[in-house]
Amino acid sequence: MKLLQVNNLSIAFGGLRAVDDFSLEIEKGELYGLIGPNGAGKTTVFNLLTGVYKPNEGIIRLDGEDITRKNTIEINHSGIARTFQNIRLFHQMSVIDNVKVGLTERFKYSGIEGVLHVGRYRKMEKEMDEEAMKLLKVFDLDSERDTLASNLPYGKQRKLEIARAMATSPKLLLLDEPAAGMNPNETAELMDTIALVRKEFGMTILLIEHDMKLVSGICEKLTVLNFGRVLKQGETKEVLSDPEVIKAYLGE
Amino acid sequence: MAAKKRLRDNLITYGIVIALYLIMEILMKTGNLSSHLKGLLVPMTYYAIIAVALNLCVGILGELSIGHCGFMCIGAFSSAVFSKLTQNNIPTAPRFFLAFVIGIAFAALFGFLIGIPVLRLKGDYLAIVTLAFGEIIKNVINAIYFGVDSKGPHISMNNVMELGMEPDGQVVINGAMGITGTPRDANFTIAIVVLLLSLFVVLNLMNSRDGRAIMAVRDNSIAAESAGINVTRYKMMAFTISAAIAGAAGVLFSHNITSLTATSQYFGYNASIMILVYVVLGGIGNIRGSVIAAAILYLLPEMLRGLNTYRMLIYSIVLIVMMLFNWAPAAVQWRQKVAHKFIKRNA
Repeated sequence: MKLLQVNNLSIAFGGLRAVDDFSLEIEKGELYGLIGPNGAGKTTVFNLLTGVYKPNEGIIRLDGEDITRKNTIEINHSGIARTFQNIRLFHQMSVIDNVKVGLTERFKYSGIEGVLHVGRYRKMEKEMDEEAMKLLKVFDLDSERDTLASNLPYGKQRKLEIARAMATSPKLLLLDEPAAGMNPNETAELMDTIALVRKEFGMTILLIEHDMKLVSGICEKLTVLNFGRVLKQGETKEVLSDPEVIKAYLGE
Repeated sequence: MAAKKRLRDNLITYGIVIALYLIMEILMKTGNLSSHLKGLLVPMTYYAIIAVALNLCVGILGELSIGHCGFMCIGAFSSAVFSKLTQNNIPTAPRFFLAFVIGIAFAALFGFLIGIPVLRLKGDYLAIVTLAFGEIIKNVINAIYFGVDSKGPHISMNNVMELGMEPDGQVVINGAMGITGTPRDANFTIAIVVLLLSLFVVLNLMNSRDGRAIMAVRDNSIAAESAGINVTRYKMMAFTISAAIAGAAGVLFSHNITSLTATSQYFGYNASIMILVYVVLGGIGNIRGSVIAAAILYLLPEMLRGLNTYRMLIYSIVLIVMMLFNWAPAAVQWRQKVAHKFIKRNA
């Protein structure tokens, strides 16, 4: 079954067609890669999918639901979570609080109960703590629960960002260059983490990446973007051996 | 463990306030407190309260407001109007309680209304617009004439005559002359209780899901939105609560004096910036620091009156020393070392 269906998506900034006639289909449970040269429009696609930009044309459907005109918050509630190319953590908050922010919409109690610490407050906070710790364990961050997010090493900050995204219990996870700025060891660890997320949560993932080792290692399908248009789409092996892709992006 | 530490931190904060209260009470009972100093206790407490309110806005929400005295002004005037009108009809205790309800409600309402346009702005622009609103509030109140007679309320923006009051009427707000004859219901004990309640609200809020969402908006609003946090809603919430607490400070202000006027000295931007100084020197986002800084920095220039010529010199030196103590890397290191030793010894 199709989880994400994007049809003929286009957006123009002034005269520049940043994304032009972009279509994409992702099956449930798939790990899908979006690659292409710098400035090809990959991050713009993410911003369109998460409602940061509204497309000029085209339709986005998540699990059959039309989310094209929804805003970022509504889209998150519909089930898309993302990470950012330049890490965006809540840097003055502890690791566990970062994850608990992601849990905000799932464990509800009223503002009055929150201020007075009565009613559902204790029960919900306890459940939130447990849920957050469960997530942190998966990402091997449970020993850092009270560390300030800004004091984490780079690789762990990346992991925490993924953990926070997972806390909103999404159907689809978008990762924007998760391996950017990582050394080979950290990248290898990240690949394990992504594999683990798929195994533990059965998560469908769409990722942007420049690290070809990571892309060819874990992605099942690829879309190559060039100048805002789809250059090639299909199974990873096929796409990466395509002469046009090699010419436009990989280099001969 | 973190929850326990947080609880301990909060208890220390309440403890400091209660200790301060007890010391002052004992000094007062034993007659060691000059009448001048006695008169400073309530103002010191309401400045601590508004510093807590402003820290919620600046430190927790991360939006620089330099018009918070405007909300204090609204709390002061709305509650004073109520108290003046009902002082012969309702006994003191319930009247003062209702004055708080009214002052807080009006300040919150204006916080909400002003928040709608202001919170769309960012950084410097937001600061400038809050400053403007603070001045607008003060100046509008300076121009209002308000009276009540057997026919009901009358309002004018020009002069008393225009109110067209019956002979039995009573002028409540007399333009720039303000409100005179408000009952002096406030005392140090009530002020401390209000301070403790404000601390309770702010510290508990910080440890709840709403508080985390507010801090998430401060740290990164784009990431907060994509984690499903309604940024506008939480900004409005924090700003409104902050205005409401500033309103409570205003109620204490107006019930501590008999003649209330909307002067720049108390409600202008100078006053707002003085409170911002308390917040910055106490540590942005550090609620306990705001209380301590407000107490020290409010009392200090008053205590130094005897030194006259050197008063402001010493005051500015203290400001610089506090700044260094709070933020200089060497001082921060030294503090951490001391704290570390202290924890070790207790463990």
